[in-house]
Amino acid sequence: MNPDQVVLWYLHGVPVNATVFFTWVVMVFLVVGSWLVTRRLSHGPEMGRWQNLLEVVVTGMRDQIRQVTRQDPGDYLPFVGTLFLFIAVSNLLAVVPGFHPPTGSLSTTAALAMAVFVAVPVFGVARQGLWAYLAQYLKPTPFMLPFNVIGELSRTLALAVRLYGNIMSGVVIGAILLGVAPFFFPVLMQLLGLLTGLIQAYIFAVLAMVYIASAATAHRRTVAKEGEAPAPRPSQGG
Amino acid sequence: MDNLGLVAAVSIAVSGLTIAVGSIGPALGEGRAVAQALGAIAQQPDEANTITRTLFVGLAMVESTAIYCFVVAMILIFANPFWDYFLSRAGG
Repeated sequence: MNPDQVVLWYLHGVPVNATVFFTWVVMVFLVVGSWLVTRRLSHGPEMGRWQNLLEVVVTGMRDQIRQVTRQDPGDYLPFVGTLFLFIAVSNLLAVVPGFHPPTGSLSTTAALAMAVFVAVPVFGVARQGLWAYLAQYLKPTPFMLPFNVIGELSRTLALAVRLYGNIMSGVVIGAILLGVAPFFFPVLMQLLGLLTGLIQAYIFAVLAMVYIASAATAHRRTVAKEGEAPAPRPSQGG
Repeated sequence: MDNLGLVAAVSIAVSGLTIAVGSIGPALGEGRAVAQALGAIAQQPDEANTITRTLFVGLAMVESTAIYCFVVAMILIFANPFWDYFLSRAGG
């Protein structure tokens, strides 16, 4: 049920539970995989299949970030891209027997949401300066200050609980079905879980991007150019 | 029925009710959203990327209400504080 309560072994008296262990598995997977692929990069059209895969992933993420923020994706790519890759790999590995996805634990998702919560003011202050960022909380009127602060907190909570609820429900339903149904049904649910896992990773990354972008762009009343939509305003809470 | 049985019965019944009632609204809303998005994509296939992304983000927002209900149901069944309290009172 909860990977936090599955203690695998004790490291100098510190319990190592499944969440921590599999988080490290995912991190090692990502780091070693990236290192292996980027050891021999080629500039020409002749490239290895793995480099091709990584290039598709990275350019895809850059395009998405550029579309959401309408800015250069360079600054945001490390943070948002890491979030997406970590969540996606962790959710996709859930089909491996014996793998407890770390995102199926509220501890992991809360930590990721806290990272976004901290990143929003960091990017905002870096882009706009401290006072301009703080002044955003007084938009549109100073009366909205408490609601803006509450919205900041509640959307972080929603970010954590959404990912946790989706992944945990997939794992729980899979386990229950394994107990009552033959081979066929659980496999179908696992396939559905792969889809939801990837969509949830995408949603988490896009929402993080939208929150950061809204803090990092000054809300000047710009007249939208012809054929160009205004920058997306993030909804509060949700 | 003693306290323990009462807490168990009420928890199970209410958790079922929670997920049953709580998933109606999000289901209807998401169905509407998908239908509208399909219509929009059919009218403007060029904008499919933007529409799809906005649809997914919106669906996630709607989805979270159902997920709150799901989490409450899970808490009632698997991590019920009242159950633990009465269990300790009963010397279990």
